[in-house]
Amino acid sequence: MTAIPHPLPGVHGHDEAHGAHAHGHEELGFLKKYIFSADHKIIGIQFLFMGLFFMIVGGLLAMLIRWQLAWPDATLTPGHPVPILGKLMGWSNGYMPPDFYTMVFSMHATIMIFFVIIPLLVGTFGNYLIPLKIGAGDMAFPFLNGLAFWSALPPGSIMLTGFMLAGGAAAAGWTSYPPLSALSENAGVGAFAANFLRIEGSTWPTAAVVMNFIAMFLFCAYMCAYYVHLGPKVVNVVASIILSVLGAVVLERGVQHVAWDGQSCWFLSLFWLGFSSLMGAVNYLTTIIKLRCPGMTMFRLPLSVWSLFITSVLVLLATPVLASVLMMNLLEHQHIGASIAGSNARFASFFTPYNWFDQGVGFTGAGQNSGGGYVLLHQHLFWFYSHPAVYIMILPAMGMVSDIMAVFARKPIFGYRPMVYAMAGIAFLGFIVWAHHMFQSGMNPTLGTTFAVSTIFIAVPSAIKTFNWLGTLWGGNIRFTTAMWNAIAFVAMFVIGGLSGIFMASTAIDVHIHDTYFIVAHIHYVLFGGSMFGIWGAIYFWYPKMFGRMMNETLGKIHFWLSFIFFNGTFFAMHILGISGFPRRIASYLGYETYAHYQPMNEFISICAFALGLSQIFFVINFIGSWFFGPKAPSNPWEATTLEWNDTTSPPPHGNFAKVPVVHHGPYEYSNPLVEEDWLPQTRYVEGQENFRPAH
Amino acid sequence: MTSASAPATEHEHADHAHQFDDAIQQHEAATLGMWTFLATEVLFFGALLTAYTIYRHYYFDAFRYASHEYLRWYLGAINTGVLLCSSLTVALAVHAAQHHDHAPGQSAAPPRIGQPKHLVPLLLVTMLLGLVFLCIKGTEYYIDYRENVVPGPSFFHPEHVPPGIDASHIRLFMTFYFILTGIHATHMIVGLGLFSWLTWNAHRGTFARTRSNAVEICGLYWHFVDLVWIFLFPLLYLIR
Repeated sequence: MTAIPHPLPGVHGHDEAHGAHAHGHEELGFLKKYIFSADHKIIGIQFLFMGLFFMIVGGLLAMLIRWQLAWPDATLTPGHPVPILGKLMGWSNGYMPPDFYTMVFSMHATIMIFFVIIPLLVGTFGNYLIPLKIGAGDMAFPFLNGLAFWSALPPGSIMLTGFMLAGGAAAAGWTSYPPLSALSENAGVGAFAANFLRIEGSTWPTAAVVMNFIAMFLFCAYMCAYYVHLGPKVVNVVASIILSVLGAVVLERGVQHVAWDGQSCWFLSLFWLGFSSLMGAVNYLTTIIKLRCPGMTMFRLPLSVWSLFITSVLVLLATPVLASVLMMNLLEHQHIGASIAGSNARFASFFTPYNWFDQGVGFTGAGQNSGGGYVLLHQHLFWFYSHPAVYIMILPAMGMVSDIMAVFARKPIFGYRPMVYAMAGIAFLGFIVWAHHMFQSGMNPTLGTTFAVSTIFIAVPSAIKTFNWLGTLWGGNIRFTTAMWNAIAFVAMFVIGGLSGIFMASTAIDVHIHDTYFIVAHIHYVLFGGSMFGIWGAIYFWYPKMFGRMMNETLGKIHFWLSFIFFNGTFFAMHILGISGFPRRIASYLGYETYAHYQPMNEFISICAFALGLSQIFFVINFIGSWFFGPKAPSNPWEATTLEWNDTTSPPPHGNFAKVPVVHHGPYEYSNPLVEEDWLPQTRYVEGQENFRPAH
Repeated sequence: MTSASAPATEHEHADHAHQFDDAIQQHEAATLGMWTFLATEVLFFGALLTAYTIYRHYYFDAFRYASHEYLRWYLGAINTGVLLCSSLTVALAVHAAQHHDHAPGQSAAPPRIGQPKHLVPLLLVTMLLGLVFLCIKGTEYYIDYRENVVPGPSFFHPEHVPPGIDASHIRLFMTFYFILTGIHATHMIVGLGLFSWLTWNAHRGTFARTRSNAVEICGLYWHFVDLVWIFLFPLLYLIR
């Protein structure tokens, strides 16, 4: 590592004691520097690309959903069959069959939640920002960190494999409740499951085999790159390749025999992905607790780091529960798959009701009675993960938006400590509200009231945060950059999403709006209007640090305004549909007199949705174009106070800091009267600061 | 590749990886990381045990019948003893590794030469006990297989069921039994892998001063796996 000049004078020299910090960076080969890297910055960027790739997949699925809902079937005149895909798939008169629609919305939600929002928020910015913002050279466990990324690839490929299998991808909704999810899509495929212990034979198409082989090869190769030391480099490389091929073949064959249809792909993929999340979260938590630089107390952490810290706690406590549940689901799915195929085999059944399988749905395999399980138990366990997961998907965005707002309002964040406590409060409450997803599931109504009350409590910390953001903006010298616009949009949209959430928390109202488009509107206001604008804001804000180039502000603003307008066009109208009782997850509503006259409104929503999709082209152009043609970024283009802007270059070198930063202030010292400039870097010591009490 | 690999070379240059200030910080971070991981494990088993407890409550008679009929409490009890002994040897191994080191905070003194006394034998005994556990577990599984109470083809013949008890509930119990003990056994196998690695390094004497760290955090893991069994044994075998 070459020493980088320190960009700012005035850093107090405590670094002699930590001189050993900079030891031992040899030049790494290209492969370990950029591909199988254990450097948190590269890993963060890898997660970014993965998330953006899946965003394209999930976004296209959303377009399909909207096409179907605008022009559901051939009874409509003039008709609008699905373009291109309709011909490719050979659908009768080009309209989507209902089961295909079911698959599309299931996969849209799954991909957007698990492969876009979580990798982008937690994977990308968790990795990229934590060490830089706390003044650490890297994560506590760099190898594990890299493994978190490479073990997120095979789940991605397994999830996509679902599309290639007979019967299609998972179609039981993103929640995949049994008994629906225990069913197999395709009895012909199920025949395979009866013999799934056999090694020969496969129902996977070549494309799926190749794709999974590559993902698993990379997963194994990453581990080999660090742990194969047999001798000279050539020997190691050859041995690594051989080991990785063997490992990939074994894994791929294994996966092939467990994941024999779309739904089992779904379960297996998310089960595996959970390990990736856990590896990341263990790393974040340990790093934040143990690797802060001198002077960086917990209450001098930027709020983005605080939010990721709290998110990590949520991931750690919630994800293992999901892993358990998915494991049980997967075994149950195998059980029923085998029974459908007429096998005598009974594997394991956890949640399907007694004899439901024989009597209810017309399958008469010799597999006979299922276990006498309780489907409600599954829902309890599932939502024990999936409700905290909602906060996993919003808290990091809240933290990053707080950072962005303080920078561009040129003011300290209003109420720093309340912001932290509010996030901790949201996280705590997040664990005791899960059953508000189950008001209509046949749960005891008394229990419903309990959960309604705890859910409504969440409005309190959320409101604290909202008021503090407004307080931060109030009287600020606001700079309307693209990042700032996105941050403001985050707050505005989060308020709408939060308010509609209070509607649903009330059991009585939930009876009416449950399973309607009101829910769809709510989730998109929170996850798209909230998290997604937060992610865009963060990308526009940290892009100069990540890639060393500035993004184009004009394109950025065009992208923002088009997205903002069409986002609202798309999702606001869904509130109205929902209040009228318009059901979600239904392929065609034209047959129902109550809903058929909402076709024009659906058409409007769909057109807005297509425009929203097309608006992303500006983002793509900006993102790729700026990488090559953007002006070189200075180390601190936004005049921000935190360590990543003041104590290292753009992009930072391996090891991040030339010498260990020493922190003297909180993260939001803007417009501080002690200095000439309107920002006071965290590492800059000024005379008289002992007498200066920061605003929080 | 050897020269470029992070784990190997950094230990040649210093006793800690580049992102840490010193060995003590690295030690603390590694321990914290393991504790954090164990917290996730608690939740992982927690969900399964919750589901198990609820069904045990609903189908108490069937569960008690199945537990008495198909599980052998004495084998479980022997296994409990075996695991507790292995926990003792792990604790002794950690003690041996630590007492070879300096007291915390005295990192300035040069590390002692040679390898810790008794470390390798203690690790080997631990692994042996772990293997004994797995063998007994395997025997139990084999007996279950002979009795056709293993999930799979011909899982549980309903004609054996006494009146008043539903065959599907017995299957539910056996399924939980296999998934809980199966995951526990998987953890044991992972533990054996970790301990093989520890033993090999202890034998070669490649443990630098701070590597008692590795013994300690692997020991934590082993204790946790023991603890899970301490919960599983009464819950599954001793239903009254």
